Amino acid sequence: MSIRAVGRLPASTRGRWVVLSLAAAAWAAAYRVNGWIWDLLLYDLFGLAPAARSTETIHFFLYDSIKIALLLVGIIFAVTVLRSYMSIERTRALLGGRRAGAGTVLAAGLGVVTPFCSCSAVPAFIGFVAAGVPIGVTLSFLIASPLVNEIAVGMLFAMFGWKIAALYVTAGLTLAIAGGWVLGRLGAQRWVEPFVFETRLGGQIIDSTEGLGFDQRIQMGVEEVGTILRKIWPYLLAGIGVGAAVHGWAPESFFATYAGRGNVFAVLVAVVVGIPLYANAAGVMPVVLALHEKGLPMGTLLAFMMSVVALSLPEMILLRRVLKPQLLAAFVAVVGTGIVAVGYLFNAVLT
Amino acid sequence: MIIKVLGPGCAKCATLERRTREAVDALGVGATIEKVDDYPTIVGYGVTATPALVVDEKVVVSGRVPTAAWIRDVLRHRAPGARHDGP
Repeated sequence: MSIRAVGRLPASTRGRWVVLSLAAAAWAAAYRVNGWIWDLLLYDLFGLAPAARSTETIHFFLYDSIKIALLLVGIIFAVTVLRSYMSIERTRALLGGRRAGAGTVLAAGLGVVTPFCSCSAVPAFIGFVAAGVPIGVTLSFLIASPLVNEIAVGMLFAMFGWKIAALYVTAGLTLAIAGGWVLGRLGAQRWVEPFVFETRLGGQIIDSTEGLGFDQRIQMGVEEVGTILRKIWPYLLAGIGVGAAVHGWAPESFFATYAGRGNVFAVLVAVVVGIPLYANAAGVMPVVLALHEKGLPMGTLLAFMMSVVALSLPEMILLRRVLKPQLLAAFVAVVGTGIVAVGYLFNAVLT
Repeated sequence: MIIKVLGPGCAKCATLERRTREAVDALGVGATIEKVDDYPTIVGYGVTATPALVVDEKVVVSGRVPTAAWIRDVLRHRAPGARHDGP
């Protein structure tokens, strides 16, 4: 960087921080005012009875929509900007030539922090294999990446506290490490489409996020917030709507009877229901929140959430291009079994 | 100038293609824009994070969607005949 450029930096840096601080302050203020403003509007201005069912439903819907939207905006922005300091290319370089044992652990951890879109799963897979990353290690990365989603971690932390968030991260990482290790031991490379091994990484490899200016990272954060919210808002509203209806109208005992601790199949059902549902972690949050308020145990809910994000039909169809049906089936079986185990374990441990 | 948009056809690939078209139109350069969704070809360019943009066989960006202004700057450097009075 030239001296002139350095000399110019402070003014623009200051302006940038002012804008960022103002945005953060506006966010905090909105988060604070939400709730209070609905009390004022619904009870005082419109004179609705706070205890009435319909009022409670409306209040829940308004309050939760804004709360979850604000949390998503803040968390997606922060996560995207932070993640832009990692890249799939750097992850691949770190994993290249690793032995299966340590590599699997490292891959699961990197799967969490590497910016990764499931639409990139196939080129990433081929690139990893071409760089000499063992199949088990690659699969560990592919399991961890959607499973332990930082946006989900942030939302869980904000809504249920650090213990649940930490449990979720630990369980997800353990599952990814164990899954990658088991699939590697099963001899997964037999079930990889042969063209993968013939493909060479050509051209010059450019790092996708290296050398970006701070402004560009901020812009990526802002765009990612827009992209995700545009994609999930119908699900979000539907989820919160279902949540509000459940909150106001479903009898307390309904879920506790059919999906509570007493039902041994609840976790299994939650995982199976979650597979065809495809949403990212952000979209499934409001449903989890509403069901939790209705007394569903946390283990069942985490299992449901993990199943929705980690086992998705579109990603399976994409991965079918590089994995033979046997490996795909083993992948689903190992990850699915792991999620069910996590659900039962948490239901047993958390009281 | 031959521009290739690398990617299997996800939402981000479509955004990148749209912004590239905007940039080409704004500069008024002659360019063909191709879509590449064949995985071995994509990886053959050294790209493992899609979407990616290839200009005259050189990868200029991968794994993210830059702004139209950024793409315009890149194309301007690579196309001598481009209009320089653009916005």
